[in-house]
Formats: sequence, C-alpha cells, structure tokens
Amino acid sequence: MHRVDLFPTHKYQGLKLRTGRPYPFGATVIGNAVNFSVYSRYATDCTLVLFHNREEKPFIEIPFFKEFRLGNVFSMMVFDLDYENIEYGYRMDGPFCPEEGHRFDKSKILLDPYAKLIVGRDVWGKQPNWDSLYQYRARVVFDDFDWENDLPLETPVNDLIVYEMHVRNFTCGAAAGVKHRGTFAGIIEKIPYLLELGVNCVELMPIHEFDEFENFKPSPIDGHPLYNLWGYSNVGFFAPKAAYASSGRFSMQVDELKNLVKRLHANGIEVILDVVFNHTAEGDQRGPYISYRGIDNKTYYMLTPDGYYFNFSGCGNTLNCNNPNVRDMIVESLRYWVTDYHIDGFRFDLAAILGRDQNGNPMSNPPLLESLAHDPILGKTKLIAEAWDAGGLYQVGSFPSWGRWAEWNGKFRDSIRRFLKSDEHVLADVKERILGSPDLYASQLSSFGGTGRGLKASVNFVTAHDGFTLMDLVSYNSKHNEANGEDNRDGENNNNSWNCGWEGPTDDADINRLRHRQVKNAVTLLMVSQGIPMVLSGDEMGNSQQGNNNAYCQDNEIAWINWNDLEKNADIFRYFKQMIRFRRRHKVLRYDDHLSHTDYRNLGLPDFSWHGVKAWHPESGYNNLTAAFMLNGQYTTPASVVGGFPADTSPLSPPDDFIYVAMNMHWEMHGFELPHLPEGLAWHVFANTGMEPPADIAVPGEEPLIDNQHEVLVGPRSIIILVGKETR
Amino acid sequence: MNTEIYKLGEELDSFNYQEVQDGILAILEKGCSAVLDMTACNYVSSTGLRVLLYTKKMAASKGLKLYLVGVSAEVKDIMDVTGFDGFFDTFDTVEECLQQIQ
Repeated sequence: MHRVDLFPTHKYQGLKLRTGRPYPFGATVIGNAVNFSVYSRYATDCTLVLFHNREEKPFIEIPFFKEFRLGNVFSMMVFDLDYENIEYGYRMDGPFCPEEGHRFDKSKILLDPYAKLIVGRDVWGKQPNWDSLYQYRARVVFDDFDWENDLPLETPVNDLIVYEMHVRNFTCGAAAGVKHRGTFAGIIEKIPYLLELGVNCVELMPIHEFDEFENFKPSPIDGHPLYNLWGYSNVGFFAPKAAYASSGRFSMQVDELKNLVKRLHANGIEVILDVVFNHTAEGDQRGPYISYRGIDNKTYYMLTPDGYYFNFSGCGNTLNCNNPNVRDMIVESLRYWVTDYHIDGFRFDLAAILGRDQNGNPMSNPPLLESLAHDPILGKTKLIAEAWDAGGLYQVGSFPSWGRWAEWNGKFRDSIRRFLKSDEHVLADVKERILGSPDLYASQLSSFGGTGRGLKASVNFVTAHDGFTLMDLVSYNSKHNEANGEDNRDGENNNNSWNCGWEGPTDDADINRLRHRQVKNAVTLLMVSQGIPMVLSGDEMGNSQQGNNNAYCQDNEIAWINWNDLEKNADIFRYFKQMIRFRRRHKVLRYDDHLSHTDYRNLGLPDFSWHGVKAWHPESGYNNLTAAFMLNGQYTTPASVVGGFPADTSPLSPPDDFIYVAMNMHWEMHGFELPHLPEGLAWHVFANTGMEPPADIAVPGEEPLIDNQHEVLVGPRSIIILVGKETR
Repeated sequence: MNTEIYKLGEELDSFNYQEVQDGILAILEKGCSAVLDMTACNYVSSTGLRVLLYTKKMAASKGLKLYLVGVSAEVKDIMDVTGFDGFFDTFDTVEECLQQIQ
C-alpha cells in the first residue's frame, strides 16, 4: 500500500510542496518529504529558509502559503530533499512592539525551537564566523538508532548512587588516558572506572546544545579564553551539544550520545540529565536573536508589564514555563529524551521557576509540575528538583511533588558541612539529615499526593558542581575565584568550609592527614544516610579546583579532573569505593520509608536507635559533637515474612546485619559504649576514619571482629562503622 | 558459501548511497553474501552508516552475511563512537575475509 497524501500539490522555484501536518512540531521525515511545522501565536507571516550544509547563503526561501496554515501553526511538506545536506531556519514577520511583548524581526533567520540536531558549534572552542546570518543551524535528524533490547533501567530510586559529572571536565585532563577527550565517547572509555568505583547512575551536567562562546572573554590571570564551560544556557531543548561528541564535526552527536546511554545501560548505569528549563541563551533585550525571541517572544518569555524580561534565573530572561504552549514544549522535550535517548531521569535546574505563573508569582498547584508528575511516558522517570531559584523562592521540603518529585537536599549539604567543621549548633539538624530528612519529607500537604514522600524524596550531597569540591572544602576557608574575571565577587560566600589550618595546598603532613580524614568523614556521612547519595565527580580522588568554587568558565586544569590524583590520593579512592560497596550491600542503609524508632514487630530491638557515648543515652556526649546510631538489619525483611521471628525469614530476603555508626567531630578522642547485640552476633569493624590506610576501611563482608565488644574509642574528628553479624 | 565482492569508492554518503545500497541488495538477491571492500573509503556519513546496517539486516533476514573489509582508521572511529561497529564482522583484507568465512 502507498499513501495517497504524499503527492505534491504546489511547486515553488523548482521545489515540490504540499500542505504540511501541523503535528508534530519540528522537522519530520515522512516518505520522500520533510514536514516542517512551527507555531507562533503572534506572527503574521513565516518563511522557510533552506541552506545547503554550512553555506552562508540560502538556496531557497519558501513562504508558507495561506493554505499551509492551521490555527497558529505554519506547516508544509517539501519533497525530494537530500536532507542530510540541508540546514533549515525560519523568518517570522509580525509586530516589533517591545512594550507589548513583541520583537518580530524578519531580517533574522531563526532556529526551530523543536530542532533535534543543531550544527554551528561543532568542535569545542573553534571560532565560528561571527558575521554569519544564521549561527545555530537546524538539521533534520536521523532518529533510527538501533537500541536492540535497551530500555531505561528503572533502578529503584533508593538504590541509586548518583555521580554528578561534566562531559568535558571528566576526561579532558591530560592524564585521563582516553582517546576521545572531553566527549561522550570519552565517557564510554571510562565505564570500567565507573564500575570499579561502584556508582550506578551518572548525572550529566547540561548536554543540550549551548554556545561555549556566550559571554566569552579572556582570563585576567593569563589571557586564556573563559568559555561558558558548564552550559547552563540552552540554545535548544531537543538537541545534544554537538561539541560534546567526538563525531560532532560530522554532525553525528545524536548517535554518539545514544551509544553512550546504551553502553552505560549495558553496564547497569543509569543516565540522568541536568536540564535547564528556566531560561535560554538569548539573554535580555540586549541579547541575540537565536530562536524564541524571534519566533514568539511573548509566548516563550516571562515579561514585565512594560515588556522587559523577568530575571528569576539570574541569566537575563525567564522561560515562560506555565504558558500552556511552553509547558507543552517542555513536556515534549522530556518525553523525547526518554523515548529517543532512553534517559532514566532529569534534574531540573532552578526548578522553583517551573512553579511560577506567567507574572512570576509562585503557584500553589503548578500545572507544569503536575503534568510532569502524572505524564505517562515519564511514569517511571526520576524527577529531581533543584528546589530553589535566583528570585528568592526556596522550596526544599515543600516542592510540589505529587509523590513523584525528589529534591536536591540543600539542607543536607549545609548541616553536614557544619558538623564536619565541628559546629556545636547543628547536631539536631544532622540527625534529621541522616534519617533522610523526615522533618522535610515525612509529610506533605494532601493536595500534593497525600502521605509522606518517603526517603526517595531526598537527594543527599555534600558537594555538587556549584561550590567547592570536597578536597577544596577541607582546604580553603574562602573562595578563590580571581581567575573568573569578576574580582572574586562571583560564587557562593557561605561555604561552611574549613581549611584544617592552612589556606590551600601545604606540605604539612598533619594537615594533609586531617584533610584526608575529613574527606572520608564526609563520604561516610553521605553513604550511611537514608535517601539518595550523590557524589561530585572527582571527589573520589580528592580533585581540587584550586579553591575556585564557581568554575563555570574554567575550561582548563582548574575544572578538569586531574586523573593523577587517583594515584596521589589512592587512599581516598579506595575509601570511596569500599564505602559505596558497603552501601550497596546493606539494604538497611537504603530504606523506602522513614524509620519508626520503635520495635514495632517485637524483634527485640527498634528499627533505628540513637546513642551517645553511653549506649541508649543519646543525650550523653560532648557539646553536640558526638553521636551514634544503630540500624537493625532484621527490619529489612518484609513484615509478613518475619512475623516476629527472624528465624522464619525467607531465604530470598535474609535479614541484613546490624550497623552501628559512632561520630566524633570533637577534636579529642571519646569512648563510645556499644549497645548489646542479639545472641550469636558480634561487632566487627568496617571503617575507622581515624586509622591510617589500609586500616581505615575493610572490604565489605570481610570486616574483622573487634576484641572489645563493650566500647570503641573514636579518635578526634573520626567516624567508626561497626557491623553486627555472626562470627565465622 | 557463495559470496560476491562490492567495492566502495572514497565516500559513502547521501550522494551515492542509493547506488551502493542497490548494489549490495542485488548481491543478496542472488542468494550470495556480500563482502564490502571499503579499502578506498575514508568517510561514511550518517546516511552511509544506515546503509551498512540496513543491508546487514537485510542479509540476515535472508540467512546471508554482510562482511566489511579494509575499514580505515577514520571510518572505524566513526563507527566505534556511534555504536555501529558492534553489528559487523570486519576483516583487514578481502583475501583474509574469504579465507576465514570458508
């Protein structure tokens, strides 16, 4: 059978045309035609502009005839295009009337907001032709990647160990030892490393197309170029960053990224994308015309009553997320990444903006967030909010979730950092964080899904791309961002960091020992806390950014991971690796629901208990700098199986071990009295950050028995983890 | 097994894909496996990659094979990073290929 509606009805300058299909938006191959469809509520006319690849001048401009319009959509089919060799754009005509929100300019050639393949910045740092009329150029995508049997992994949320990574920073360093440095293919080469570390999810900092030359300037220190390295500035919401693909020069970034996802999945590693739906790269009224401003300014942007750009993002403009059409675009973009790229989850940058109405006011039931929470295609996709914005909205603990959204738990970061530097006023808060922040997530208003959000709502982290690396957190009291060219004014001032006695690198062995111990303390607290742990890439080898806590523009050794650190800080890597294995081994560290602190099944001991330097006396200790807790592994079995008798447990889900953690952030040693274990079990030591390697950590499952079963001595600023299990 | 050799030019892209695809399919139509001699080829575009995988799958559907021979380092690299490499049996030379598949 052949379709009867794929015959041309029009001819224009030698090209054969037909009325297009308004849906889907973008450029779609249908038979021997390409269907071009674009909407604009306020445009009066639209022209399709076609180029041969990389040519400055278009070879044809085709107006959308009256019969090519339906509602506010312009669509046409163009037949017999060699679409591998076509770039397309639009000219939009309409009012230029900024005070009413309109900025149409038909002299500009505009990128399709639904472009799935964008060229023009194909090789990182290669100067484009700045005089070119059309900078970021849409192409028709090949969407027939052969996934074989791959699908998103759907790993249970509480089993995730997230590894936040930047595509360039991860493998650009000279010592990375990969063939394709700084690219998707480079990450593939490092999969064995990720497996050894033990993480099962990579969160990629923005990989949507952006322009590294945005706000490009020379460094005040040595004149090298300061690029937009991080890419929190979208050119397109449907296209991958070309220059992140080693094959970007051949415009094969789509296949290369898909291959990365497929290969990670084959190794049990999920992929979360950091997505930036709060603003675009067009900036404010002084910025360039890339797409949205010229296609339909009033639809895409939140505008002040006099037509200027609201700036809740801190980046010049704010995407009009709760305009119904923009909302649809966001939903379509996310569906596309899940459907076509098999993406497992998204982390939404400055997500609080997604809950603001078209005038910028926070909404109580934001329709966009509700749509995403209930979307069928995103039904098992992880949704993680950075629950604040640059306009002062802070929603950690109150982000509208409908039981689906998790949050970057900024309070975990702040409390744990303060505890690490021996702040005596934070222990009560630290206890909440270790428990998965029940104060924030154990209940939420019924309108957002009824009962508590559970432990899967909290993404715990001590460090992330914003701020110090973990090694810098224990090496610097203040930020050192001079190289960013803003006189050290940029970046967070309130870091809760402590340099351990000297600002920056030192040869002092005692200070360096303490720094290593503090790094280990930090990852210990992260891995023994309930919730979803997230590690900043490079922290596992003590990577430093030389005190720069905002390295967004440092496309050099400052931000690139120094793989030589892997050898230099071998003890840190080993500690991370075993700590991650320990967490993955012990279900008792990865509960679904908040703990009850009671023995509700009459097993003899509660599911969770706080202790002090005296067992069962949490109040006993030193100035809020000491605390201990015990997790009861018997509670990891399903209630119906246990029935009050641990011996009855199913062989498929044996009870976990007991885990006891003693934390001493005081600068002196303290003895901790140990709680008694049930008959037949004894305490074994898994980790002691106060010990020199290799005695600082054991291989999980091979922990040595401790002689004294009644008390442990925990050294200054140290943490001990004991495992209560049968002695073999 | 009956095989026939098809020799590629310097490039495989949207300008010549139809001719190449038809050529390989014609070999398969005869009930022969195809040996694609890529020794002279230094560029395969997105279209070209799809011609390779499409004809390979067409061969498989007929119980036949498509072998790639003399894949240059540049082309190998493109296939490697885009994940197309995993689908093919490759050989350095036509002689080696014919010897091995006997």
